[in-house]
Amino acid sequence: MLYREAGDFKTTYKADSQTFPIAFDRWRYWAVLAVAWLVIPFFINDYWANAILVPFLIYAIAAIGLNILTGYCGQVSLGTGGFMAVGAYAVYKLMTVFPDVSMLVHIVLAGAITAVVGALFGLPSLRIKGFYLAVATLAAQFFLVWLFNKVPWFYNYSASGQISAPERFVFGQAVTGANTAPAAQYLICLLFVTICAILARNLTRGTIGRSWMAIRDMDIAAEIIGVDPLKAKLTAFAVSSFFIGISGALFFAVYLGAVEVGEAFGINKSFLVLFMCIIGGLGSIFGSFAGAAFLVLLPVALKVLGADVLGWPTQIVSHLQLVFVGGLIMFFLIKEPHGLAQLWRLTKEKLRLWPFPY
Amino acid sequence: MKTSTFTAAAIAGLLAGSAATADLVIPDLSYRTGPYAAGGIPFSDGYQDYFNLLNARDGGIGGEPVRIIECETGYNTEKGVECYESTKGEGALVYQPLSTGITYQLIPKATADGIPLHTMGYGRTSAADGEVFNWVFNYPANYWDAASVAVNYLIDENAGDLSGKTIALVYHDSAYGAEPIRTLEELSAKHGFDLSLFPVTPPGQEQKSTWLQIRRERPDYVVMWGWGVMNQVAIQEAANISFPMENFIGNWWAGAEHDVTPAGAAADGYKSLNMNRVQDYPVLDEIQSLVVDAGNAAGDGNNLGKVLYVRGMYAAMLAAEAIAKAQEIHGVSDITAAQMREGMEALELTEARMAELGMAGIGPEFSVSCEDHGGSGGGLVQQWNASEGVFVPLTDFIAPDDEVITALVAEDAAAFAAENNITPGCM
Repeated sequence: MLYREAGDFKTTYKADSQTFPIAFDRWRYWAVLAVAWLVIPFFINDYWANAILVPFLIYAIAAIGLNILTGYCGQVSLGTGGFMAVGAYAVYKLMTVFPDVSMLVHIVLAGAITAVVGALFGLPSLRIKGFYLAVATLAAQFFLVWLFNKVPWFYNYSASGQISAPERFVFGQAVTGANTAPAAQYLICLLFVTICAILARNLTRGTIGRSWMAIRDMDIAAEIIGVDPLKAKLTAFAVSSFFIGISGALFFAVYLGAVEVGEAFGINKSFLVLFMCIIGGLGSIFGSFAGAAFLVLLPVALKVLGADVLGWPTQIVSHLQLVFVGGLIMFFLIKEPHGLAQLWRLTKEKLRLWPFPY
Repeated sequence: MKTSTFTAAAIAGLLAGSAATADLVIPDLSYRTGPYAAGGIPFSDGYQDYFNLLNARDGGIGGEPVRIIECETGYNTEKGVECYESTKGEGALVYQPLSTGITYQLIPKATADGIPLHTMGYGRTSAADGEVFNWVFNYPANYWDAASVAVNYLIDENAGDLSGKTIALVYHDSAYGAEPIRTLEELSAKHGFDLSLFPVTPPGQEQKSTWLQIRRERPDYVVMWGWGVMNQVAIQEAANISFPMENFIGNWWAGAEHDVTPAGAAADGYKSLNMNRVQDYPVLDEIQSLVVDAGNAAGDGNNLGKVLYVRGMYAAMLAAEAIAKAQEIHGVSDITAAQMREGMEALELTEARMAELGMAGIGPEFSVSCEDHGGSGGGLVQQWNASEGVFVPLTDFIAPDDEVITALVAEDAAAFAAENNITPGCM
């Protein structure tokens, strides 16, 4: 009924190739943006910001980044945690060396530094593929964590090796440090999520995105039709790392405020972001959001339900979380390998025909 | 689409949880799962059971019942933040996260929210400087004290001279494990011993290469900063290379029964520091009869009287004494977090009071002041007796080298104050 293409005429090529060709989708998109930008900031409190929304938005950026590399370009990476650490340490060094510069600049620069590091670690992808590349990126993960632990310059020679975010501002409003208003925390993450998602969507449907997908689908064929694998693979690594670097910078500066590299950016983080991509759906921007929402909200929801509402012992709830997440990953891999994004796509197909399916 | 049901559940949970009543709220950020659960469980059991005892025996503190909210962190900082945010609105009086990583997160947050943080023998060492860290307390002792106590003990053992000896530090390669390095370096310069460092990648199940290196280098003493599964593995590996156990000293987070029992008789003679003496206290019998037998224990009651259980109980006792102090200062029984902070700052613990509470000699005598949030810093050395299955206290509380520690604390606190634009001063 609502969800129809019928009657929605396009008279230009531009209108025909827009992101949301169906009117209902467009309205929904604007409605989501309006709620996110104009409603939530007025109602957000510390709990919703720190426990749910800020981590969701930050993981969404990381998942978009990894999805570009793994979902669109087909290069499996287990180095996400390490690249997030690069973003976090880059922003830490920048914000302590140049305290008067706006955080927005620092976060973008942190992303750029991560992009350079990512492209560097992407070089082996020109020679090796698949599992072997996964192992090479795994090396990046361990090397980067080791580096940030080993070289005291990265953590400004602090006694414990921890980095802590001092108070920094955007347009006179504190966005890092303990006195940050939850709305400010939320809005800065939302700003980067919005820009990253739009950027990623437009990159992936343009020339560069098509060359990534060509490499993913069959690299030899892509080379024969004129796609430069060097350029395609390295740009995928760079762009993906740029997003992951931004998410790492936000993760440290805005969300946690203090970070210990081995604990916050260990191999578990790489797997978590990879699971977000797999559960959400490889090769889908919406899937990145869905996967991040799922894996951030599921533990909180289980905890609230099990420990707070039902009053179960906390360790049982905590173990049940592991069982649940593990079970769901197996379920998705078997029943819906294309993830939540595919479920959403099927729903949309059904909605078009509803209420008269054939 | 999918998320809306979860959101609804989350909202329902928040509404259900926020029906707060007028009682003393103590959040317990525990970890009963993950690689550090072996240490987290007894500590949390002891912490909760002592409050349960106060509720059962005295009807709470000053007539006000204590309500414990347990929240599982799994030693994970992100979950720790979630736990903090979900419990702080309930009127939490003091946080005891039992994790250095989570402590670093919570220092700025708790300071901004005005809730005291008690990081007993862990966390940020320079929080002992109460003028910079108004809301953070780490009495009775901190990591740097521990490093100094261990060295002082070794000096004593070597008749006052450590020069030319080698001490190896085997440490958890994290913020926690890296804490004593600076102090040990200063002390090595002062006393002329050689220090060599052996980082162990967390969680520390794999230490073969570390211990092979130790066998090659033959240090005179090994000092360990370990936690969780790392301790058991290290003690087993030390036994495998036949390192003399009496020259192996763990810090106070590396000296509990579950750390040494897996190595069996080979662990006999292993030493560790402790900030709370472990012996038979009358209060343990009361907990057994009034809490465990009554079915109100936090755990299954098996941990009663173990090293970390006693430490958790000691932490709860310090919190309860601070609450009583705050009630006394303000003349109200239902205190706020700000009043709790004043109670902690005015805390004074004497031998007589500890004896009165049924735990004579559990910790050193100390008093807290606005300038000094660190307590006495004393620690004792205990030794594992494998055949009896107990840790035997070898010494009384040994004082740390305050000359070195105070300077380091002042330096680090000043750096923190400069970084965060804090003007040091009492509240």
